[in-house]
Amino acid sequence: MASLKEIRSRIASVQATQKITKALQMVAASKLRRARDAAENARPYAERMAAVIANLAAGVSGAGAPPLLAGTGSSRRELVVVATADRGLAGGFNSSIVRMARDHIAARTSEGREVKVITVGRKARDQLRRIVGERMVASLEAGASPTFEKAQEVANLVIKRFEAGEVDVVTLVYNRFASTVSQVPTLKQLVPAQVEGAGPSLDLKGAAYEYEPEESAILETLLPRNITTQILAALMENQAGFFAAQMAAMDNATRNAGELIAKLTLIKNRTRQAQITKELIEIISGAEAL
Amino acid sequence: MAEKLHFALVSPEKELFAGEVDRVDAPGAEGDFGVLAGHAPFMTTLKEGRVHVHNNGGQRVFEVHGGFADVTPQGLTILAEKADEVVL
Repeated sequence: MASLKEIRSRIASVQATQKITKALQMVAASKLRRARDAAENARPYAERMAAVIANLAAGVSGAGAPPLLAGTGSSRRELVVVATADRGLAGGFNSSIVRMARDHIAARTSEGREVKVITVGRKARDQLRRIVGERMVASLEAGASPTFEKAQEVANLVIKRFEAGEVDVVTLVYNRFASTVSQVPTLKQLVPAQVEGAGPSLDLKGAAYEYEPEESAILETLLPRNITTQILAALMENQAGFFAAQMAAMDNATRNAGELIAKLTLIKNRTRQAQITKELIEIISGAEAL
Repeated sequence: MAEKLHFALVSPEKELFAGEVDRVDAPGAEGDFGVLAGHAPFMTTLKEGRVHVHNNGGQRVFEVHGGFADVTPQGLTILAEKADEVVL
């Protein structure tokens, strides 16, 4: 059995760890609130953007539709954008995204498609680098909090490759923030733009839509912006999900530390008691011998 | 006053305005325009400038940097890349 001194120092070390996990949990909880509000505030924009695009897409379907909307007519080369957090200590948050991305990449590769990867967030880069190797064409950091500029940076990388004719399909992998206790790894297709599910088409009451400048010019500016918006929304969901996952993970860790401390304290008391008893026996038998 | 126009101004960060108003003036890429209730369906890109929202004789002003305006029978929606309210 360990000595009393050893047990005491173990208790002190677990207590120090518990202090840290508790602090991290509280920090995550307060940041979660802000991140969730930001994600919720961004939703109206994304929803209306989707509605506007669905509206426009209905008018320009068929030949002449911009490739960002209609695709290149092929799906051989795919660009996968994987977004995680920069940091860990959040349970399975980052791994679940990476696992989904890895499975998706493996499935596509086995279908004979060419896959390229862009990572956003240090964890995605670190965990995927070994698997995809050279196919990782760019990697960015997620940064302290998602901004429009960051989303635009990612979108520009994506659009540049698409316009250079290097890729046919673009997908995005991130964690959707379903609730504080559940983040769902989600795969979303960015290019060609997905327009279904944006609600019923608009009833114009017989009037014709007027465009200024013309439809195709509007779509040409709107579609890249839509990609930025979708990426920003994903980054925000990720951020909120990350803090929720971290809060849960740290809550668990704090509780585990508490249990460990209770167990060690019990052992410590027993050991001390045993020692006292032993000393008493020694004193008594010493006295009797006189 | 006649019918009201439903107007929403949203930026990626938040929804800045949503409600019924009398008239909205916005800086279209090909010229400023005003929208009243019952305007014909219309869509345009915006340039940098100010959006004036008139309601019940008062007005609120927003500074927008690029974006889109979409007029449907349901009302006017402005999707601004960046928008801030100007304190008058």
